[in-house]
Amino acid sequence: MKKPLFTAIKILLAFTFLTGVVYPLAITGIAQLIFPHEANGSIVMINGQPRGSELIGQTFNDPRYFSSRPSAGNYNAVPSSASNLGPTSDSLKIMIDNRRQAFIAFNHLPANTVVPNEMATASGSGLDPHISPESAYLQMNRICSVRGYSAAQRQLLQQLIAKHTENAQFGVLGEPRVNVLALNCDLDLLK
Amino acid sequence: MSTFIQLTLFLGSIVLFTPVLGKYMKKVFSGEKHPLTPVFGWLEKGIYRFCGIDSQEEMNWKRYLVSLLWFNLFGFVIVFALQLTQAWLPLNPAKVGNASWHLALNTAISFTTNTNWQSYSGESTMSYLTQMVGLGVQNFLSAATGFAVLIALMKGLTRSVTQSLGNFWVDLTRAVVYVLLPMAIVFALFLVSQGVVQTFSRYTDVTTLEGVKQVIPLGPAASQIAIKQIGTNGGGFFGANSAHPFENPTPLSNFLEMLALVLIPASLTYTYGLFIGSKKQGWILFGAMLILLCVGLGVSLYAEYAYNPALHIAGSMEGKEVRFGVTNSVIWSTTTSVTSNGSVNAMMDSLSPIAGMVAMFNIMLGEVIFGGIGSGLYGMIAFVILTVFIAGLMVGRTPEYLGKKIESFEVRMALIAVLAPAVCILIFTALAVSTQNGLSALTNKGPHGLSEIMYAFASASGNNGSAFAGLSTNTPFYNVLLSLCMLVGRYAVIIPMLAIAGSMAGKKITPVSAGTFHTDNGMFLILLLAVILIVGGLTFFPALSLGPILEQMLMHTGITF
Repeated sequence: MKKPLFTAIKILLAFTFLTGVVYPLAITGIAQLIFPHEANGSIVMINGQPRGSELIGQTFNDPRYFSSRPSAGNYNAVPSSASNLGPTSDSLKIMIDNRRQAFIAFNHLPANTVVPNEMATASGSGLDPHISPESAYLQMNRICSVRGYSAAQRQLLQQLIAKHTENAQFGVLGEPRVNVLALNCDLDLLK
Repeated sequence: MSTFIQLTLFLGSIVLFTPVLGKYMKKVFSGEKHPLTPVFGWLEKGIYRFCGIDSQEEMNWKRYLVSLLWFNLFGFVIVFALQLTQAWLPLNPAKVGNASWHLALNTAISFTTNTNWQSYSGESTMSYLTQMVGLGVQNFLSAATGFAVLIALMKGLTRSVTQSLGNFWVDLTRAVVYVLLPMAIVFALFLVSQGVVQTFSRYTDVTTLEGVKQVIPLGPAASQIAIKQIGTNGGGFFGANSAHPFENPTPLSNFLEMLALVLIPASLTYTYGLFIGSKKQGWILFGAMLILLCVGLGVSLYAEYAYNPALHIAGSMEGKEVRFGVTNSVIWSTTTSVTSNGSVNAMMDSLSPIAGMVAMFNIMLGEVIFGGIGSGLYGMIAFVILTVFIAGLMVGRTPEYLGKKIESFEVRMALIAVLAPAVCILIFTALAVSTQNGLSALTNKGPHGLSEIMYAFASASGNNGSAFAGLSTNTPFYNVLLSLCMLVGRYAVIIPMLAIAGSMAGKKITPVSAGTFHTDNGMFLILLLAVILIVGGLTFFPALSLGPILEQMLMHTGITF
């Protein structure tokens, strides 16, 4: 009978090597081989420059762009952050009211417009790359007027939003959404 | 409607996979031949040879326990030491500093006890090396430890007139080599295909479309996220956990991550049924767990979609991601709290009071609704023993379970296992709310503040690890107290359950007779549910009524704090 103390040390070393070194290295190797784009952060390159990640949201203050959701960390990714404000928080109540008013004013919408929930609240990661399709359409008028679009261009913009609308995966999982960064990248290319 | 379809898909998949995986695990742990023997058999044998383990050696419960404790102790030491020295060690491209002693203590205990409570945010506090060789390894090993305890308990319940409960090292190795590692490999690669990062490069700097600098954090995330979901661990690679787009990028990754939360704990009920030679008893335990899960899901979904008169919003998206929406956030919060996993895809702190309470109550029931790997089922067996005992008292017979007499020793041990975590939750919450150290950590005022503190101690004591993250717990006060809770929640259950295993193994099996109290029918199911709910309800109702219940009532009068 061996002392369990020594067996414990040896087996811990063996498993540390197996699950802490071999396993992550093997996964990294295979991932870099088969899915290099995804494994390295799904980076968006424009003219050879890294301009963001497809999966990570960005701040858009410029009225020429579609706005992202509010973020508790202002889309700072290190570290990710949420407001963690609760369901009876006075500060959250004020923020929700202000964001609704700001969204309506910024997009020149009628005062009684129902602002989609996600534009009045901050996401859990502070990096949510998506907004709902409704929110995208509500921002369309503002973008057309700032960019001085013609009726034909407006039509194209509408099609662009439709093109970027992802429905529930396989028709059932998750919610319909629009990736703001991808949409804005294409928006810059719209003639 | 879409909520209903997603729920059906989710619950249906659990029911479907339980017998498949359950049967496989039975073969693995009883040493029979199975499909992965030819693939990884050499690895299992290699580990025995390297460590000098005699796989035929049988251990009594004390030796089994001592082996486990040494193993966990050294695991703790490694994670603790890594954090205190990571600044000087390699694989630290983000140049994070050494952790404070209390954070290192908390994190090391947290990961060795399968809790994965995190007082820190991974991307800015832990080096790649610490995450991989420290935290990632314990994700496997703490889950395997849970497996081992359960397997020993099963052997104790089914063997008769013996001391031996099998071999801790063998059970541990099989859990890693044949169950956790293969599942993690497949799942990690799937996650990368969805967009989860897996690289050793340093963080990437990008210039946003508006010309602002943004740092994109990277790292070997997929390999760790796979095992944190499968192993009922829950400790995120990134601070936002599975709400982070790099940790859970798509609705499909979300669905499978949710399934991974519950797959092994659910399947173990089937393994248990096979072990004790009565599939029906396994399904009865599964049924009890599923009923409690469904009730929690229903209540949470209703509460979360309801109108909040204080904030003037229905189906609030605060703390939630657009790709998941309210439905998937609530399925996750309920499932992660029952399974002792503790990963989140939406911020618990911002859930409605009742949805937050359901999550908290799930943990307070002792993490027995599926629960952690191994720990969920051995916790449930503690409740089974209590139920058999109470039923025996009601009809005035000697209680028996699986043909073995339940005597005062077993009942005492089961009571310790059930009550020790509960005592920790209530006493430490009381301590925290009556000291400045405790109160200064709060983000939210009013009854929600009490919920934040109570949730933290429940989560630590239940070895869950999820958080009402508004509470800033990276202080000596919270780090040390929560460490204590995690230790009690883990070992004050493991030790009594192994003692029960040892004592039950020594008993004779009495054949079934007309007077036997049956534990494989609906009557028993109802009794079991009643015992769980009465114990949980009586212990926690007064405290809950001052937190989430009060908050719900105030919310309906429109009051904010």
